[in-house]
Amino acid sequence: MSEPIKTDVLIIGAGPCGLFAVFELGLLDMKAHLVDILDKIGGQCAELYPEKPIYDIPALPYVTGQGLCEALMTQIKPFGATFHLQEMVQTVEKIGDPQFRVTTDRGRIFEVKVIVVAAGGGSFQPKRPPIPGIEAYEGTSVFYAVRQMEAFRGKRILIVGGGDSALDWTLNLAPIASHLTLLHRRGEFRAAPDSVNKMMTLVGEGRIDLVLGQVSVLHGEGGQIAQAVVKRNDGSNFEIACDALLPFFGLTMKLGPVADWGIEMKDGEYILVDTATFESSVPGIFAIGDINWYPGKLKLILSGFHEAALMAQKAHRYVYPDKRLVFQYTTSSTSLQKKLGVA
Amino acid sequence: MPKITYIDFQGTARTVEGEIGSTVMETAIKNAIPGIEAECGGACACATCHVHVDEAWRATVGDPSPMEEDMLDFGYDVRPNSRLSCQIKVTAELEGLVVRTPERQA
Repeated sequence: MSEPIKTDVLIIGAGPCGLFAVFELGLLDMKAHLVDILDKIGGQCAELYPEKPIYDIPALPYVTGQGLCEALMTQIKPFGATFHLQEMVQTVEKIGDPQFRVTTDRGRIFEVKVIVVAAGGGSFQPKRPPIPGIEAYEGTSVFYAVRQMEAFRGKRILIVGGGDSALDWTLNLAPIASHLTLLHRRGEFRAAPDSVNKMMTLVGEGRIDLVLGQVSVLHGEGGQIAQAVVKRNDGSNFEIACDALLPFFGLTMKLGPVADWGIEMKDGEYILVDTATFESSVPGIFAIGDINWYPGKLKLILSGFHEAALMAQKAHRYVYPDKRLVFQYTTSSTSLQKKLGVA
Repeated sequence: MPKITYIDFQGTARTVEGEIGSTVMETAIKNAIPGIEAECGGACACATCHVHVDEAWRATVGDPSPMEEDMLDFGYDVRPNSRLSCQIKVTAELEGLVVRTPERQA
């Protein structure tokens, strides 16, 4: 794509641990870019628990996932980290000692001295609905996201789901589809009431169809879908002829490409780290938060914060090999306070 | 402590004791019952502790809340007797409860 982005540290994952890593790295003069597959900052806290309470953050008797992430964003503001959202790191190549070239699924390239994997349970990816043989149609006539609306012009579209994605795309694609059917398991929708009302208006005007039920079988050839067999809730079946199927069943966490980067793993699921530095088996690649493993590991946000602090000490040696690191407190160090913009 | 039986999709039954006040999901995880993942840890934020409640127990266990119904949209093989086991509290009335785990979690 373009010129590589050269910076000190690339953090993979913008959840609470990735965010706090920005703070610890920043205090030691290291600049960071963050990549996250979600369209928002906060990781699981934003995607799974925005409104749910967390009771075990030190000194915060009660905070929501959203509240925690907002507070972290305030805390790391002085360090001006750059976020690259809706992007997934695909390949990591060692080009120096240590120096890495990192490529994302959007073709963006980073050249960094240190990589911090703070990817939690892995990357959030669209959930595949339980329809036998659906894999054969994926990418050709089954899509989990709409990249270009024009690709759907004049097509017979079947959208499945009852959340915001399903409803938003129903409303957006209805004007350009030759025929659109929205299929949902039940008569209630999770989506915003306004979207539901707009959808119901389209149904009332006869411009789209709404069907209650679940897809049970797909028919087609060579990746091109022709019909979907839908099981209604009363057990009866009927067919919907369609050219494209868009299932919106939410997100699930998958480890993703991390397993291919030559890092030693535990049970193929977690990155093994040294508990003094939180470095992996590859010098220069660190892992903090839920994605790492060491004897005694607890998947707690507070553990991830501790891991971030120790990681930054070792990362400093790679980014500034000639500088001696002096341990300082933010309470008393003028130089730290200057970095935080408070002195 | 009420006894709870989990039957997996192949028909293997496992009976364990549940602590009153805990949930059917927590009881499963504590006893390493296969077929329940509970990815989100019991926050009703995923659908990976999905169970089918035995017909004889449906009335006692009750229906899912609207929030739980929303999450069930993401489940696999969702039926009228589907529940998320993290939302079923273990009570004395549930002595002998039978639930079935689906072939896979979402």
